[in-house]
Amino acid sequence: MALQTTITGAEYGGALVRALKSFALLRESWIGMIGAAIIIFWSLVALSAPWLAPLDPNAVIQAFAKPGAAGPDGVTFWLGTDHLGRDILSRLMWGSRTVLFYAPIATVTAYTVGILMGLAAGYRGGLVDDILSRISDIILSFPVLVLYIIVIGAVGASGVNIIIAITFASAPGIMRIVRGLVLDLRNRDYVAAAQTRGDSDWRIMLVEILPNARGPLIVDACLRLGYVIITIGVLGFLGLGLPPPDPDWGGMVNETRQMAIVFPHMTLMPCIAISSLILGFNLLADGLREIALRD
Amino acid sequence: MNNSANGSGNGATAAPILECKDLCISYYTRAGEIPAVVDFSLTVQPGETIGIVGESGCGKSTVAMAIMQYMGHNGGITGGSIKFKGRDMTKMSEAELRQLRGSEIAMIYQEPFASLNPSLRVSTQLLEVPMTHENITRAEARERCMQVLRDVRLPDPARVMNSYPHQLSGGQQQRVVIAMGLLSNPSLLLLDEPTTALDVTVEAGIVKLIADISAKYGTSQIYISHNLGLILETCDRVFVMYSGEVVEEGRIKSLFTWPRHPYTHGLFACIPLPTADKNAAPLRPIPGQLPLPHERPVGCYYAPRCNHFKEGLCDARHFPMEKVEGDEGANHFVRCLRWREIDHHQEAPGGDPRAAAEIGDCCLEVTDMQKYYPVKDSSLKALFTGKRMRNVKANESLNFRAHEGETVAIVGESGCGKSTFAKVLMGLETGTGGEIRHDGVDIAEIAVRDRSNRQISSLQMVFQNPFDTLNPSHTIGAQIERVVKKFGVEKNKAAVRERVMKLLDTVKLPRDFYYRKPRQLSGGQKQRIGIARAFAGNPSMVIADEPVSALDVSVAAAVTELLTDIQREHRTTLLFISHDLSVVRYLADRIVVMYLGQIMERGTTEQIFSPPYHPYTEALLSAVPIADPEVTKREIVLDGNVPSAMDPPSGCPFSTRCPRKIGAICETENPPERQASERHYIKCHIELDELRKVEEVIHVPKEEERIRAE
Amino acid sequence: MLTLILRRVGFMLFTMLVVSLVLFLLLDTELAGDPATRVLGQFASEHQKELWREEHGYNRPVMVRYFDWVGSFVTGDLGISNRYRAPVAEVLWPRLWNTAILGFWTFALIIPISLVFGILSGMREGSVLDRSLSVTGILTTSVPEFASAVFFSSVFVFGLQWLPGTSGMTDGFDPVQLILPVMVLVVYDFGYVARMTRASMAEVMTAQYIRTAVLKGLAYKTVILRHALRNALIAPFTVIMLQINWLLSGVIVVEFYFAYKGFGALLLEASLNNDVALLEACAMIAVAVAVGTQTLADIGYTILNPRIRFS
Repeated sequence: MALQTTITGAEYGGALVRALKSFALLRESWIGMIGAAIIIFWSLVALSAPWLAPLDPNAVIQAFAKPGAAGPDGVTFWLGTDHLGRDILSRLMWGSRTVLFYAPIATVTAYTVGILMGLAAGYRGGLVDDILSRISDIILSFPVLVLYIIVIGAVGASGVNIIIAITFASAPGIMRIVRGLVLDLRNRDYVAAAQTRGDSDWRIMLVEILPNARGPLIVDACLRLGYVIITIGVLGFLGLGLPPPDPDWGGMVNETRQMAIVFPHMTLMPCIAISSLILGFNLLADGLREIALRD
Repeated sequence: MNNSANGSGNGATAAPILECKDLCISYYTRAGEIPAVVDFSLTVQPGETIGIVGESGCGKSTVAMAIMQYMGHNGGITGGSIKFKGRDMTKMSEAELRQLRGSEIAMIYQEPFASLNPSLRVSTQLLEVPMTHENITRAEARERCMQVLRDVRLPDPARVMNSYPHQLSGGQQQRVVIAMGLLSNPSLLLLDEPTTALDVTVEAGIVKLIADISAKYGTSQIYISHNLGLILETCDRVFVMYSGEVVEEGRIKSLFTWPRHPYTHGLFACIPLPTADKNAAPLRPIPGQLPLPHERPVGCYYAPRCNHFKEGLCDARHFPMEKVEGDEGANHFVRCLRWREIDHHQEAPGGDPRAAAEIGDCCLEVTDMQKYYPVKDSSLKALFTGKRMRNVKANESLNFRAHEGETVAIVGESGCGKSTFAKVLMGLETGTGGEIRHDGVDIAEIAVRDRSNRQISSLQMVFQNPFDTLNPSHTIGAQIERVVKKFGVEKNKAAVRERVMKLLDTVKLPRDFYYRKPRQLSGGQKQRIGIARAFAGNPSMVIADEPVSALDVSVAAAVTELLTDIQREHRTTLLFISHDLSVVRYLADRIVVMYLGQIMERGTTEQIFSPPYHPYTEALLSAVPIADPEVTKREIVLDGNVPSAMDPPSGCPFSTRCPRKIGAICETENPPERQASERHYIKCHIELDELRKVEEVIHVPKEEERIRAE
Repeated sequence: MLTLILRRVGFMLFTMLVVSLVLFLLLDTELAGDPATRVLGQFASEHQKELWREEHGYNRPVMVRYFDWVGSFVTGDLGISNRYRAPVAEVLWPRLWNTAILGFWTFALIIPISLVFGILSGMREGSVLDRSLSVTGILTTSVPEFASAVFFSSVFVFGLQWLPGTSGMTDGFDPVQLILPVMVLVVYDFGYVARMTRASMAEVMTAQYIRTAVLKGLAYKTVILRHALRNALIAPFTVIMLQINWLLSGVIVVEFYFAYKGFGALLLEASLNNDVALLEACAMIAVAVAVGTQTLADIGYTILNPRIRFS
């Protein structure tokens, strides 16, 4: 009842206010705060890379420069250069654009497909459920990376193909989670109430069920973004990622790892970058889960 | 009941088993310290059964956990003592506590299934009790276990020993838990709502067992329940708790006949008694709600809800219990400063009588309705024999009618098919055969998506679980508005909103609830919104599926009254689905008794409550706990469990448990439906004349013969 | 119970069949590019390709070729690797053995470490151990295998110079060369298994039957060993079995990085070199191992869980 007195008109002031309010909830978890801070940091870097990056990421300037070394025309290679003489700091900044462009798009695509499949399978049940579940069982029985290697090997490496491959490999997992949540939620009385007033199946799935599944799904989406970033990194590392020369963190490690014994900074820097970004998403997911458990 | 329990009143020869003195218990949360129980004192004499009664949040279970010294890491005792046989348990080490737990003090829990380890056999879980506490061989321990299992009247103890918990029914599981508690012959048994999760007839068996055990083993018991009727049937002395403290205590007879505290009066006025129906003696709900622990007022915690509140007196300071003069042996205490001034006759249950609602034309006619579910048997055996599909008969040839403005109750235990019928009626499932005529149209086989808006809006439903009935993601306003718009009651945006506001007025909730989300509402408030939603489309008939069974007594009374008021005003037909015969007795004009998918008996409320009875109705009536010491019942305790609907007995479905079975015919042939009088039907092989020969199950003394009338 | 096992095994065979068809269509037909071009390279003449097709029977109908392939696969004839110019089986088995060694040591470390830490922190939720395990778990699962390989190499190979930087085993089997690959795999995965174990244990510890056991007066040790563990270990069992699926991904990265001559590196190599027969064989084996362990996990789960076993 204490809540009653604190309600003001502002609570109903639209989506933006609500979004800010739910973000304010994060204050209750310092782990989540750190995660959010890391993600915001990398997002800002990615957005402002064209202005922030000191040099052209693909310009060949001076090979094998150590971190902090001075280059021609008074430039400083804060993080050194790689074997081809490109500025690592600039490549890292531009590389963050690659990963923060493809990872969210791939995750959103996978979620769209997975949620639709999960809603259909969980709510309709029966044959639809059987078929969708069997298909995802089969896809999920592949070791993930083997699946990526075969699919990307067959269709070739490109941005779109990577998104398609990630969607193909992740949607079944998302479907399973959604299906489980729907199976639980569809037995709630408010769903029965909607059914007894003759609401359509799609309305029930999207208005009555899906909003109540958002908690676990948001946490899962954060974790999954982390996995997708790992996947993009690993594909780059294995030489199956985006074609050169555009910077890609995994690819940077692959190109320079033979020189790591003499110039460790070339491989270390992109590894630190990718690990920190994934850590950001994992910390955020943990923070969100902690907050959800508390209420 | 046991005479040694007269307590300190007559000299206190025996040393008490348990003595709690000024016990204070708090929980520590992020919001700070929350006092759960305040100044709790209790003495348990050998062989005595103490009842603790109260609504949820009153602290009764906390007391039990404190006695077991099992508070979790966020709870603690902040004051007072708990002395078990003279030793203070609050000062004991873990090792000392271990020696008491399970051997001297045992506990029986609310949910038997959750209390048993799912992956250990019953034998393992039973044997470890004597093997831990006594120097005993495995064979001796096993012999003891078998003996106790026989004592708790479990058939075939050897098979039970060898089972896993999930292979037993709910009633059997609870008997196993009770056996586990009795194994080391404890001096004190704590029972925390031991029958709440069980069906009525199973509950009756357990209650009888518990009463017999205290006689046989001489064990002292503390029986915790929200149900005054159960407390009356099992206990010697009772403690009524409200908001963390005891407000009244005394011997059963004294407290139940002459309650002294306004809250106790309130509780009695909130439960339907077999004497009362909704017109002669309406329930009188307690106004307001239970205060949260940190919002408790100074002085009397009940003051904000009390009719006798006197400013400057009741809210001045916290005060102790006072002894009620009169019967000395009763040891009747009350925490009220004004108990002497209150006219207790005025407080007796029953509000002002009102005229019965007018009953109109027939609006629902169910004829031979059937609902079968095909079930796929996927075992290898079925694959080889070819019998892969079989039918589960959830409803078999249902026949009954309901009239406009009438309340028809469908009564039965779990698995009787009452909810399946509601689903078919609402169109969530389609019937397999027969007819359901609503306003002249057969809707039995029309799914909800094929019904017209008119048909849908005229049939609406109130659901059971208050925590499930509203969508947590949307505001209250939006959820009611949806119904108003969907059924086209109002079109214009402002008019829709005004209609929602009016509905909030109707269910007696403030209009600013429009903006609230369900999590900001209490259970009772949610259920009111559920009622508002059901009535938003002006239905001619409302189906209420156990609408108050999950609510506390005082909240349930208010919701029940609200529902009847709205029904009366709108002349709505109410189909009330329930397992609780006392609520049904109070609310219904007509009753339909169901068992395993079939109607065993139907008729008016008076016809059902007096002979001739169907043997099942008879048992059901006998199982209702009644919180009135002057009402007597014939005791009929059913053996066994409700058979699974998947595999019902052949012949009469009740034949496996029927105490009046007449022979093989009961097991082979489905009984005929016999007409006892107009619109009173009994489905039984026994002749009507034979059925008429029994006495009334529930005997209520005439008002002038009552002790209370003095 | 028997029905259940038969159904699981049946589904496993069905999955394998579907997977083999998908693999065949993807790798060995025109669906994703001409196989002849892939094998012979972009610059081969049309005549050369036609000769190659004729020689390798690629002019027969697709279904005939598929059944021919499945048939020889089932009878143990895995075809010829055109990169190694040797029967696939000869190339494959030694590599598989090497990966099995790697996998064995990884699991030999992950299982005890994660179970012990998971159980201890699940027993006391919110304790220092619990919170540090939680943070460690998040940290280790945030570092992809190739990154931790880089980090460990920097420290132990380039910095301290304790360990060799590659695990090629060129001079015979050398256990020291196994240390880094195993370390990378264990560090990435133990956090996940430990967190799952912890969650399972923590849930069991709040169950009412644990309260029953404590209030029976049992010793804490008995409560944990007899009542809690049996229920708490069911979930981690499944998790651990399913990690084999993950390991098959992990070994590809680790073997590639450390030049370990294992199955994962072979699969990657086959894919990068369009060695179709070898890739098909590797993929089928990977899927067979994954589906096989899943089936075992499901069957094991029912055996461990009496609620399913006896119903």
